Amino acid sequence: MKLTRTKAFKTFAGPAWYENPINMQMLGICSALAVTVQLKTAFVMTLAMTFVVSLSNLIISLLRNVIPGNIRIIVELAVIASLVILADEFLRAYYFEISKLLSVFVGLIITNCIILGRAEGFALSNPPHLAFVDGLGNGVGYGSVLMSVALIRELFGSGSIFGYTVVPERLYAAGYEDMGLMLLAPAAFIIIGLMAWLQKYLVNSRK
Amino acid sequence: MVELLSLFLNSVFAGNILLAYFLGMCSFVAVSKNIETAVGLGFAVIFVLTVTTPVNWLIFHGLLSPGALAWAGLPDVDLSFLKLIIFISVIAAMVQAIEIIIDRFSASLYAGLGIFLPLIAVNCAILGGSLFMVERNLTFIESVVFGFGAGVGWMLAIVAMAAARIKLRYADLPSGLEGFAITMIVTGLMAMAFMLFSGITM
Repeated sequence: MKLTRTKAFKTFAGPAWYENPINMQMLGICSALAVTVQLKTAFVMTLAMTFVVSLSNLIISLLRNVIPGNIRIIVELAVIASLVILADEFLRAYYFEISKLLSVFVGLIITNCIILGRAEGFALSNPPHLAFVDGLGNGVGYGSVLMSVALIRELFGSGSIFGYTVVPERLYAAGYEDMGLMLLAPAAFIIIGLMAWLQKYLVNSRK
Repeated sequence: MVELLSLFLNSVFAGNILLAYFLGMCSFVAVSKNIETAVGLGFAVIFVLTVTTPVNWLIFHGLLSPGALAWAGLPDVDLSFLKLIIFISVIAAMVQAIEIIIDRFSASLYAGLGIFLPLIAVNCAILGGSLFMVERNLTFIESVVFGFGAGVGWMLAIVAMAAARIKLRYADLPSGLEGFAITMIVTGLMAMAFMLFSGITM
């Protein structure tokens, strides 16, 4: 059996590309916009998000047969919140600078619609290993959008990638200037809009 | 008084919780298709923000912040890491309450908001309001003004967006651009307009 035909692969590829949580399902947009001024913060946010969504999927899927239906949202929120607190405290202990830059947005992973959406829509009705893979796929899908937006914003906004200046001095001498707008809020909205357009066009034209 | 007014204006315009801090986007995109539901959700968000931010202020400064438990003989205890889980519980409870109120007084609005009413509980604007309140060291009165102002700013943005999207319905857009993509681009333009308010101080 080819790798691409397995159920696990489909579970992974779905959210990572065809049903991309941000571009296609319009979920979890808040943090995607806010942390993309620099690649570094976008990368850390991606890791934190992937950690929370895959583990919360795994835990909720393991518990799915014992969670009573009418209090499931509370149980899900408790699981998610505990994982977010873990991620938040970890960042604060070992990467304090980045955690300062991310400010409230690590905490806001709790309210990221992707996580609750996957817990409700996937983990509650699927076995643990698939739920975990689905979480990874969502993390990758979310991260790929985040990283591309951050790449555009950091490259054109401050002329650097991961904090290293890449625009040569000569270009600045010739009159090139960093585009201040890229660092401001409106640019994030517009870039995400254009990327969603591109991805929808690509997915639709493939059909 | 003047500081409070300028805090209010700042949280409505230049520091708009949606257009400058990107909070509450999911419901913003999903519910801005017609003006009536946008207004309804806007009022719900104003209410929940105005109530939860001060309530969370009391809980944070009375129980969680470093040294808050000195009255109980525990001056070294710092429970502030619990803030996320406590805040979200307060918000969930408030949302439950407002759901009951709306269902009682306006069944049509209740039906129109549908799934997005309970989802206010996971609307990042609400939790964001409380977290910003902690991060910016607001006083109690300031937290009331900030919560209310952030709610008004959010409502202003979603109602304006709903109005714009009604016009967009008649636009002939290229494949893939309609829906989410054009909404984001229009939001970007709106954010640019709101940024112009940033010079205003009282």
